Amino acid sequence: MALKRTPFYEFHKAGGGRLIDFGGWEMPVQFAGIKKEHLLVRESVGLFDVSHMGELRVRGPGALDAVQGLVTNDVAAIGDDQALYTVMCNDRGGIVDDLLIYRISAEDMVLVVNASNIEKDLAWVVQRNPCPDRAHFANQSDYWAQVAVQGRKAQACLQPLTSVDLAAMDSFHFQVSELAGVPGCVIARTGYTGEDGFEVYLPATGAADIWPAILQAGQSHGIAPIGLGARDTLRLEAKLCLYGNDIDDNTTPLEAALAWTVKLDKGVPFIGIEALRAQRQSRPRRRLVCLVVEGRIARPHCPILHDGEQVGEVTSGTRSPSLQQNIALGYVPTRIARPGNQVQVDVRGKLADAQVVKPPFYRRPY
Amino acid sequence: MQFPEDLKYSEDHEWVRSEGELATVGITDYAQDALGDVVYVELPEVGDDCAVGDAVAEVESVKTVSDVSAPVSGEIESVNEELEGNEEIVNEDPYGEGWILRIAMTDPGELDAMMDAAGYALYVAEQD
Repeated sequence: MALKRTPFYEFHKAGGGRLIDFGGWEMPVQFAGIKKEHLLVRESVGLFDVSHMGELRVRGPGALDAVQGLVTNDVAAIGDDQALYTVMCNDRGGIVDDLLIYRISAEDMVLVVNASNIEKDLAWVVQRNPCPDRAHFANQSDYWAQVAVQGRKAQACLQPLTSVDLAAMDSFHFQVSELAGVPGCVIARTGYTGEDGFEVYLPATGAADIWPAILQAGQSHGIAPIGLGARDTLRLEAKLCLYGNDIDDNTTPLEAALAWTVKLDKGVPFIGIEALRAQRQSRPRRRLVCLVVEGRIARPHCPILHDGEQVGEVTSGTRSPSLQQNIALGYVPTRIARPGNQVQVDVRGKLADAQVVKPPFYRRPY
Repeated sequence: MQFPEDLKYSEDHEWVRSEGELATVGITDYAQDALGDVVYVELPEVGDDCAVGDAVAEVESVKTVSDVSAPVSGEIESVNEELEGNEEIVNEDPYGEGWILRIAMTDPGELDAMMDAAGYALYVAEQD
């Protein structure tokens, strides 16, 4: 099957992007180099193509009820024009996906899901929709392109391109407006890097011109395109989970240190609530922790050892460009999940000392 | 992409510069480019024996790990300790300061089985 291309594909090719197959999409993994791109986002600003992400639109008088019954967080607690991070669980409390919900109104919301999960999620929400007569889900993934402008200079880059007062927009808020002459853009103060920044959803048809427009507008701040490689190191430093690595159908949000997204008392039952309530009472047996690894770089599936016995597995790991340390996420038994505890990681047959540290690895200083 | 004429090349993208019995080994320009930013190099112990194809070192980039295979047999004569903390030299100067290790060869004739620059350039062209 031919790989799918985003509206910005030609710019990636011309801009020296190294293109790879990423879940069926031909996406740039790097441009100038992962380290350089990573540090640019931390120090100033970078532009990401994340058009591969999925968008499920739910509309109808029962849209809010439907979403409330599917996800763990409380979508009734936010107002219109706000976004919310949440997970949706299966009956065992395992994570079907993690997602952002953009609440246009109580009757119209966009669920932004992982590219690799679009079909699974769509089938899930349609099949488990608690009020199918009053809320309808549609897969709009092909309709929407998405770019992310991330970094402390993101606002300065985008402001000249829109009439929306970006300074007045709080984190996890959004507005539907024009950007660089393209109408109908969802301009949101959200991201996946640990920095301030914006994600912009726009109709894929006619989206292409926005790429050079943003690069032009951010020129004085040194803006450059950023590939998926740096997106991964940035999110890992900020301890943002990657579905398929750190969380999946067999991990619960309580184990994944995402308890803050689980609102057992929101007044509406949701899928997985009983399993999660029971697990909260009995305490999860394992927990996703942050590790700093000495000497070697831990990779997914490296065993984690304590007192010489394997107690868990690394789920993500890299060299942190910002901290100049080897960082990793992995599951360990709750009894040794406390920051300061020492474990070891088996990196391809050699043991490396590692310490459990407080999340996140990186917190923005502004 | 550069492939100096005075070097020999392996199918695993190592290069060898031979001076008498000594073979200096590194990874090629193609290899460093494919790996991306090198962030860690695991070096062998000086004095270890190696045979052709043995994994004698590891070069690790932000995204992946790659073994460095011994392109010739012999004993590890020295390793490039300058790389520790300065791993980016492998990217910046793969054929010079970014060398990885030296092997005291037991059979310099093994070099004849390796590719020359022109052969390697063709080999690389077929990779993509």
